[in-house]
Amino acid sequence: MTKRFALGIFDDEDVLLHAVENVREAGVKIYEVFTPFPIHGMDDALGIERSRLPIAAFFFGLTGLSFALWMQIYMLGFDWPMIIGGKPHIALPSFIPVSFELTVLFCCHGMVITFYTISKLYPRWKTPVLDVRSTDDKFVVAIEVNENTDMTKLTQLLRDNGASEVNQKEMSKF
Amino acid sequence: MQHVSPVREPLVTGGKTYHDVTQDVAHQVEAAPNIRWMAALSVALVLLGVFFYSVYRTLWYGIGEWGLNKTVGWAWDITNFVWWVGIGHAGTLISAVLLLFRQKWRTSINRAAEAMTIFAVICAAMFPVLHMGRPWLAYWVFPLQNTFGSLWVNFNSPLLWDVFAISTYFSVSLVFWYTGLVPDFATIRDRAKGPIAKVAYSLLSFGWKGSAKHWSRYETVSLILAGVSTPLVLSVHTIVSMDFATSVVPGWHTTIFPPYFVAGAIFSGFAMVLTLMLITRVVFKLEDYITIEHIALMNKIMMVTGSIVGVAYITEFFIAWYSQVEFEQYAFINRATGPYWWAYWSMMTCNVITPQLVWIRRVRYSIPLTFVLSIIVNIGMWFERFVIIVTSLHRDYLPSSWVMFSPSIIDIGIYVGTIGLFFTLFLLFAKFFPVINMAEVKSVLKYTVDNGPTYTGHDPHHHTPQPATTHGVPASASVNYDKHD
Repeated sequence: MTKRFALGIFDDEDVLLHAVENVREAGVKIYEVFTPFPIHGMDDALGIERSRLPIAAFFFGLTGLSFALWMQIYMLGFDWPMIIGGKPHIALPSFIPVSFELTVLFCCHGMVITFYTISKLYPRWKTPVLDVRSTDDKFVVAIEVNENTDMTKLTQLLRDNGASEVNQKEMSKF
Repeated sequence: MQHVSPVREPLVTGGKTYHDVTQDVAHQVEAAPNIRWMAALSVALVLLGVFFYSVYRTLWYGIGEWGLNKTVGWAWDITNFVWWVGIGHAGTLISAVLLLFRQKWRTSINRAAEAMTIFAVICAAMFPVLHMGRPWLAYWVFPLQNTFGSLWVNFNSPLLWDVFAISTYFSVSLVFWYTGLVPDFATIRDRAKGPIAKVAYSLLSFGWKGSAKHWSRYETVSLILAGVSTPLVLSVHTIVSMDFATSVVPGWHTTIFPPYFVAGAIFSGFAMVLTLMLITRVVFKLEDYITIEHIALMNKIMMVTGSIVGVAYITEFFIAWYSQVEFEQYAFINRATGPYWWAYWSMMTCNVITPQLVWIRRVRYSIPLTFVLSIIVNIGMWFERFVIIVTSLHRDYLPSSWVMFSPSIIDIGIYVGTIGLFFTLFLLFAKFFPVINMAEVKSVLKYTVDNGPTYTGHDPHHHTPQPATTHGVPASASVNYDKHD
């Protein structure tokens, strides 16, 4: 399905932040903001909720820790007990390094895979973007529009808030 | 938007705009390779050839090709392993620890330093794997069932801890590095002209578009990765040191080893980062991004960790005397005055004395001197591992088995070869990947700039944003990035 977007192009992130706040206050729904780098304060301005990735990371780490302890205790304690260096079969102090490493391994990879999955980031042959300058030096506010939208008013609103250009773009599959 | 101070030194010099950053960094990727790069790659490839030949000899004829003997069972191989792993510590330290400490200057160097980490760990891994003698059975180090040919692995062994530590460290560093690269690949993708470059960087960029939601998650992921990588980077060399510390060999069996090795690793890692950065900034004309301030700051870290290492050397000697253990005392006297005295005193000179020169401001801010210093530290840290490993082993408890060690040509070939492998990988990285993290550098560009609409400078009554209204030009169009003083 083809979508139409009004694009407000900004040159400065401070102007952008206030523009986003004002545009949202004016009751216009922002589809997405594209920026070349992370802007502090954008989450609040756009009302993006705090990511729950840290919670996911914690549970991935916990899984890694449990797996590591189970693996070591099962293998050396139950499946094939051997006396090594006169230590008990389940020698917990010497299980600490591997448990720590697997906690980190599961935590990092679990979290990063979750991040790429929920953000739908994966290798693709072609990546359509609304404005190629948004990965360089421009800050783009995308607002979805249809035939009922008053473009003059919207353009004026963006301009009033410091947009250096206001463009329109149609995008299929976005 | 952070508080900006007019007294701060700028992180990036030359009054760069956002577009200049993209242009300066992406240009290296887009332009045809220059002659200096080609020359460097040719040398690296020759050394890589040496590596393949030496590995072929090792695999075909066996470990007998090396200079090892019955008494000295670990020598160049493990020395080189520890040396490379140590070098591999600076990258994650810069990207993780300095991120947690909010040291914004790391943004210009973290990309290359992380790449260095990954390539150094690849080089390091070559040595234990080749030392196995039958590297095709290397997977036996993982906990696999009996049917694969071995019993369960021994989880009490520090050598096994090493397997887990190094593989975790490698894969986590790789993921951390790649996640940081994704937005920059997107920048290059959107600039790409050729069809091959377009597709290649589109695949590499994972469809990144820089949406605010993604950036928000990206920042969260970076922070958690940094938080988790910080103990990880410390654990890796701790575990490497335990390969030695948990044994009963005099000179190895000391509790000081973990912190001493970690400090040594950061020391040698920063030395290697300096060596590489000093070359990279000139070859790729990045003097405005990797400034003299960066070099001075890295010098300071090198000096601090070098001093920690120096204190550790002296502590070891003191403890050997204080312990009243005859064997321990002999091991240390033998290091300093025995047949390997030259290695010991090279180590002491390079690692303890030279970094102290950095106290002098002129040395800290001198590019040629820093370059020489960094090379000396790299050499010194190699000797440190050689001293620890070979001098402790070559005269063991039985005087009848005392021997000297001398490397074979194949030993030397593999070592020199890994340097070739390292530089081949690094040069390819520097050509095809953005060598500086563009997105992060852009985010610190206004670090010292005291202007822009929210920042109305010295006028206290004027704190509301003032975007231009009528003619559509934002107030920031006239932003100038000159240092405010």
